[in-house]
Amino acid sequence: MTKPLVDISNLTVGAETDSGRRVKIIKGVSFTVDPGEIVALIGESGSGKTTIALTLMGYARPGCSITGGKVCVGERDVVSMSEKDRQKLRGTDVAYVPQSAAAAFDPSQRLIDQVIEVSDIHKLMPRSEARAKAVDLFRALALPDPEHIGDGYPHQVSGGQLQRLSAAMALIGGPQVVIFDEPTTALDVTTQIEVLRAFKSVMRKGGMAGVYVSHDLAVVAQIADRIIVLKDGVIQEQGTTEEILHNAQHPYTRELLSAFQPAVFASLDSTAKKDDRKKGPVLEVSNIYAGYGSTGRDGLPSALVLKDVSCKLERGQNLGVIGESGSGKSTLARVMAGLLPHARGWVSFDGRELAPQANARSKEELRRMQIVFQLADTALNPSRSIADIVGRPLTFYHGLKGANRENRVIELLDMVRLPKGLLHRLPRELSGGQKQRVNLARALAANPDVILCDEITSALDTVVAAAVMDLLKDLQKELNLSYVFISHDLSTVRSICDQVMVMQSGEMVELLSNSQLPDGARHPYSKLLFASVPQLDTGWLDGLPEDIAGMGSPTENAHDARLRANS
Amino acid sequence: MSGQIPLLVVSRLGVTFLTLLIVSFVVFGATLLLPGDVVEILLGQAATPEAVAGLREAMHLDSPALVRYGQWLFGLLQGDLGVSYANNMPVADMVAGRLANTLRLAAATTIIAVPIALLLGITTAMYRGSLYDRVITTIVVSIVSVPEFLIATLAVLVFAVWLRWLPALSFTTDLSSFGQLLKAFAMPVITLSFVIAAQMIRMTRAAMIDALNMSYVEMAILKGASKTRVVLRHALPNSIGPIANAIALSLSYLLGGVIIVETIFNYPGVAKLMVDSVATRDLPLIQSCAMIFCVGFLTLTTVADIIAIVSNPRLRT
Repeated sequence: MTKPLVDISNLTVGAETDSGRRVKIIKGVSFTVDPGEIVALIGESGSGKTTIALTLMGYARPGCSITGGKVCVGERDVVSMSEKDRQKLRGTDVAYVPQSAAAAFDPSQRLIDQVIEVSDIHKLMPRSEARAKAVDLFRALALPDPEHIGDGYPHQVSGGQLQRLSAAMALIGGPQVVIFDEPTTALDVTTQIEVLRAFKSVMRKGGMAGVYVSHDLAVVAQIADRIIVLKDGVIQEQGTTEEILHNAQHPYTRELLSAFQPAVFASLDSTAKKDDRKKGPVLEVSNIYAGYGSTGRDGLPSALVLKDVSCKLERGQNLGVIGESGSGKSTLARVMAGLLPHARGWVSFDGRELAPQANARSKEELRRMQIVFQLADTALNPSRSIADIVGRPLTFYHGLKGANRENRVIELLDMVRLPKGLLHRLPRELSGGQKQRVNLARALAANPDVILCDEITSALDTVVAAAVMDLLKDLQKELNLSYVFISHDLSTVRSICDQVMVMQSGEMVELLSNSQLPDGARHPYSKLLFASVPQLDTGWLDGLPEDIAGMGSPTENAHDARLRANS
Repeated sequence: MSGQIPLLVVSRLGVTFLTLLIVSFVVFGATLLLPGDVVEILLGQAATPEAVAGLREAMHLDSPALVRYGQWLFGLLQGDLGVSYANNMPVADMVAGRLANTLRLAAATTIIAVPIALLLGITTAMYRGSLYDRVITTIVVSIVSVPEFLIATLAVLVFAVWLRWLPALSFTTDLSSFGQLLKAFAMPVITLSFVIAAQMIRMTRAAMIDALNMSYVEMAILKGASKTRVVLRHALPNSIGPIANAIALSLSYLLGGVIIVETIFNYPGVAKLMVDSVATRDLPLIQSCAMIFCVGFLTLTTVADIIAIVSNPRLRT
């Protein structure tokens, strides 16, 4: 048996909370990584997976510190090493590929200088040689124009390219172990495929060991040899990828797996509501043009986002809007809600046309359509109590005050399955899932007919997100709601929507009914989008056709150019 | 995108000139609102109604305010600051010497205060939370909260009265040798440095901490970069914009805000000239001084903004 390359035993990491209390966030973790092996650390946010991975470099984020155990890389223990020796190890023996390459690149320096900085710091090779090596890596990672891409600045290349550049940055020092910290989480699914492929082939060729940190089992299934499941800083289960996927023992692993398989869609559009249908769609938008920037001579904004978009939301049904970042999904929600007035076209609610601006709409019109934003953290006023946040629309729309208002708030919290003990808490004292429920309760307070859900589960962990989806379905049954459900994630949209609109570059590409998902897609872009969703199957990535990116049009580059224009 | 920087710089300069125009209008308007009548003050005992009317006409004070504004502005554009009401000397001559003094004091203070402030600001950010950081931060906060006349008075008490190292007054006509120059400048420069460095340290520290919290700094650490390298190569280049602005704001204080220091040390600078001219209702002089301060302030902030624009790689190439 070969000696493991990385040997972590009994690792504990402590952190100091804001109040100065010391807590253990990693509670005695042990595992090994063999040479050439890729081990995945999987778990939800707060499970300690990144913290563990970073200890391989002897690094703990500010406020944290390694309090015990051993982390051996090769022969040496990084825990007992001096900071100087750790600096020597970083970038050469152990390298790091960050979660968000967009943030991890220094905006003020040329890409090539940052990619070869490791060689510069550790004096590994002359500059020209480092440059040549970087260009080789760019080529191996399938980056366009490998000779010159490094001469640009980080803002000039796309997110997927940056992520591959960050891999080149990690590999330049010829490391024995590479830490991948959720390297594809911030990417669109179609880009994710290319990045994963590039990573996989480079790692295979170099015979390097890797620690792959992720929350996404399907992504990990493509690249890892072994999976370690973490929760609350403790290893729950570990085994080969096949074992974990097909024969998970621990209940938590099973929960993760089941959260990944969305509940089967059951249309709520039952016979009881058939007569509602005759009244026509509850919300309809027609031939909408909208965007940002100054209005040009043709009456259209300079940065046009939505081009001729039309869709209908039937009463008691749900309309899904799916597309990648920059496709105009959120803009559509903002147009519906009147937050962004459209330049052309019309929005009608219950058969009556709505004014483009929210402030020109009547209180009743506003009440009947509510919006829930993606990030509860920014949507909830941090200095208001939950009672205030949920109570405000009650006063505004229904004139409720005092005890009546409080009782209604408690009812609403109960509806979103929150205990009334949270009433006087502040948003920051709640977990991510709880905050999103408060966000939803605030929308429900208005007693709306339609709720626009803008990526409301995207920032949540899989298990929590699944619970929120179940809640949405229950609420729909109880309150006869209709949702416009915006997401980049096919499986969530599929689990709740009767109809799904696929958007690309601000245009509607295709409208599909739930039963047509995902195989009934006709348009090449929808096909590409659906085919790009990772499957819980170790052979999925390798089984994809080589030219998958070529399936959709316009090409990635046009899409990237738009992303840049937005940022 | 290559044309972006020149365009941004030109438009920033345009904003500066527009601001200056508005400021000139406000300055002119504000001096009109000053209580008291220059003619009556000038004539003193001899202020008979006829004499007042005659002098007013002679000084063109009877024409409408807008016309006088136009004439004044036109003069300014040609470099003519007008003639002092109080002693009939051209304002330009009166200001020139004083302005040189003020600039000299400002330059000396800048040379001392800026490097010290940058060094302390950057190092406290690097070692934030350490004893060193806490000591420096506490001292800086105390200095910010102490009014400068107190610092100046203490400086006089310590260096001039007890130690007898330095003269209490800076105004000496004989500044021939370098030693004398140093002595004359020492106390005003120390006092001013304390005041402006404290602000700059705080702002630099804050800007650096922002930069040090960025992911790319963590990335650099994980590449094995030393602390110094992380700061000099990654954090500092990205916080030049805010630091330049903090420095510009502090330095602008050296032009107009030094009146207390100039008074205490009897230093003949522009600020003191302006206060004296208020006493005599010498409108052209007041207006000129005010405009000089505004020009100085606007120049500094414009330069800082241009540095921020040029140092932003998103606008390059």
